[in-house]
Amino acid sequence: MNSLWGNDLSGFWSAWIIVITLATIALSAWLLFANRRTDKQPDAEGRVTTTGHAADGIEEYDNPLPRWWFKLYVGTVLFALGYLALYPGLGNFAGLLGWSQEAQWEREVHQAEERYAPIFARYAERPIPELAGDTEAMQVGERLFLNNCAICHGSNARGGDGFPDLGDDAWLYGGKPQDIVTSITQGRSGAMPAWEHLGEETLVDVTQHVLSLSGKATDPARAEKGAETFTAMCASCHQPDGTGNPAMGAPDLTDDAWLYRGPDQSLEAAVFETLRNGRNGQMPAQVDYLGEDKVHLVAAYVYQLSRQAPESAD
Amino acid sequence: MEIRMNNAFEHPTYNYKVVRQFAIMTVVWGIVGMSCGLVIASQLVWPQLNLGLPWTSFGRLRPLHTNLVIFAFGGSALFATSYYVVQRTCQTRLWSDRLATFTFWGWQAVILSALITLPMGYTTTKEYAELEWPISLLLAVVWIAYAVVFLGTIKRRQTSHIYVANWFFAAFILTVAVLHIVNNAAIPVSAMHSISVYPGAIDAMTQWWYGHNAVGFFLTAGFLGMMYYFVPKQAERPVYSYRLSIVHFWALIMVYMWAGPHHLHYTALPNWTQSLGMVLSIILLAPSWGGMINGMMTLSGAWHKLRTDPTLRFLVVALSFYGMSTFEGPMMAVKTVNALSHYTDWTIGHVHSGALGWVAMITIGSLYHMVPRLVGETRMHSVRLIAVHFWLSTIGTVLYIAAMWVNGILQGLMWRAVNDDGTLMYSFMESVDASGPGYAVRMFGGLCWVIGMLIMAYNVAMTLRRQPVSAERPLPQTA
Repeated sequence: MNSLWGNDLSGFWSAWIIVITLATIALSAWLLFANRRTDKQPDAEGRVTTTGHAADGIEEYDNPLPRWWFKLYVGTVLFALGYLALYPGLGNFAGLLGWSQEAQWEREVHQAEERYAPIFARYAERPIPELAGDTEAMQVGERLFLNNCAICHGSNARGGDGFPDLGDDAWLYGGKPQDIVTSITQGRSGAMPAWEHLGEETLVDVTQHVLSLSGKATDPARAEKGAETFTAMCASCHQPDGTGNPAMGAPDLTDDAWLYRGPDQSLEAAVFETLRNGRNGQMPAQVDYLGEDKVHLVAAYVYQLSRQAPESAD
Repeated sequence: MEIRMNNAFEHPTYNYKVVRQFAIMTVVWGIVGMSCGLVIASQLVWPQLNLGLPWTSFGRLRPLHTNLVIFAFGGSALFATSYYVVQRTCQTRLWSDRLATFTFWGWQAVILSALITLPMGYTTTKEYAELEWPISLLLAVVWIAYAVVFLGTIKRRQTSHIYVANWFFAAFILTVAVLHIVNNAAIPVSAMHSISVYPGAIDAMTQWWYGHNAVGFFLTAGFLGMMYYFVPKQAERPVYSYRLSIVHFWALIMVYMWAGPHHLHYTALPNWTQSLGMVLSIILLAPSWGGMINGMMTLSGAWHKLRTDPTLRFLVVALSFYGMSTFEGPMMAVKTVNALSHYTDWTIGHVHSGALGWVAMITIGSLYHMVPRLVGETRMHSVRLIAVHFWLSTIGTVLYIAAMWVNGILQGLMWRAVNDDGTLMYSFMESVDASGPGYAVRMFGGLCWVIGMLIMAYNVAMTLRRQPVSAERPLPQTA
């Protein structure tokens, strides 16, 4: 792109763009100059006569173009020609300054990297539990969180329907510092298969059994009936006692954390929906956007969220 | 609103029936479209007003609002005034009454379809071109009929010259036909779903070539046609400069075509395309101002009339807003300014200084001139109510655009503010929070507009209901 004649477009299209652009600008300038002078002489009041024709009683004066307007027009044309000489515009001609939006972006990103990377490099040298106790570091971590994570997890990090609450003690993939770093770096993909083919009756039984694991069953008899299916179909991921498996992100069903539950949905309905339709959770990988050092810091921020005193968790 | 559809209203020479129909629907759609705008402005103040229903959510009502005000209100106004002006300045009746009637009912059918399908969620997702392919086809047919009626009327004119207003109307009609057909080219997938024939960045470029020329031809050239008839008529002064008309007309239609890429600065569009969009937007300043100057200078020698004539006030203030927004537009097309203003409320404010200040006010001024003349009168039922409407509209517009300027610059600055560590100083949500007061002021501005339109509806209804001149006696030719 630094050469005077780039190769983005074929020669024909480049020439075509140059010709019609300059022709349009030239034509608009010609239009202006060709109509600049009027041979009509002003009358005693300084006004020229009308053109002589009237439309529904409307006559038209033949006043000359206002001088300041004429200059304004010429000025904009000159600006356009100057700009097209300096910047890319005329086909493949890159402009004398060699500017492009890609180069501008790269330059600005590079400058920002130079200026800010050392700050995050210093944080990256310190272990996560230590950073979690550093107020200043956590302020920076919170800013990263608000601009990169809050869109799904909420500005208070308490999650929502389908988005994990980061302020509680339940961890789908483990809550140790390295687990959190891995989740943020690589992203996570959680899949719960759909069990619709088992039939509604069986799914109601399993729903009751799942609820019974945290002592919330409303129909103990059906919970009992669902145990067999649970052992056969669910225990391989969620464990026979329902405590889950962080290696594959299978949630602990014995605690009080429920990832999927609509705002007005009963717990029973939410669990039934999960069983029938299955679920697909996606946490996008962040390392390409943030870089390892920022991931380290934001992991520390997430790490300390569930370790705060209850009253400070908003 | 009960309007007497009596043949006694009929002009002996001209087809005023279709003009009257479109004029009435201009007011009706103005009220509906602006009320829809007021609803979505209120939703931004009180999100609960989305009601939790898909049909009443902001995302579906916003395109309904834009379609109603641009095509229903603005479109009906352009049909009404162009049919009125072309007959009077060519001294001949419309080329075909039946085809003109078809354009009226066809246009209303398009709008009703929009009113039903947009809240249901049927959309092409192209801004200002959301209507799905069957409606889009109907619109194309109606538009071609409009072109035939209008150009046919010019062809059989009784005058030697084609008046400047008709140049603008003709350019607007022909160009909108091309824009609509090219941008809506799509492959139907089902009865109410289609896929654009253009890929990726080319689709975006085609869309904004259309989008900006919808502004340039539908909302500018058409309304300049209106201006060129109603301003000299209401001021009773000759047009300032025929020469200026020629230069700015040809320059305007030639240069507007290039301005679209300024909607896509700093995107996947190639650098050269963005630059051309920017520099030709700047060249567009003078041709745009040519129209404002020609309107304003037409008033020289008639400025005193502003004291007593609120209709003329509407027309003059419309020209002022036109001048202001056509200065603001080229400025916002400059890349460095656009980097701040793009995606903020500033854009919304800019659009409304054009849409309310220019398009709606020139329309209202023109209707206040035209409506009484359709029933052989020269004055509206109440001149005092025109004055009330004028102040409501002016205050409403100023509140609206000032609130959006403040919000837009606020948002632009908040989004780019960084801390010492390079992180963003504000989350997006904080910029939404900070915009709250501006949204409330904007809503109030919109409320002023809706009240004004209701007053106008009453005034128009009372004017049209007046005891018509006896059917046996031809209407006097009013100046």
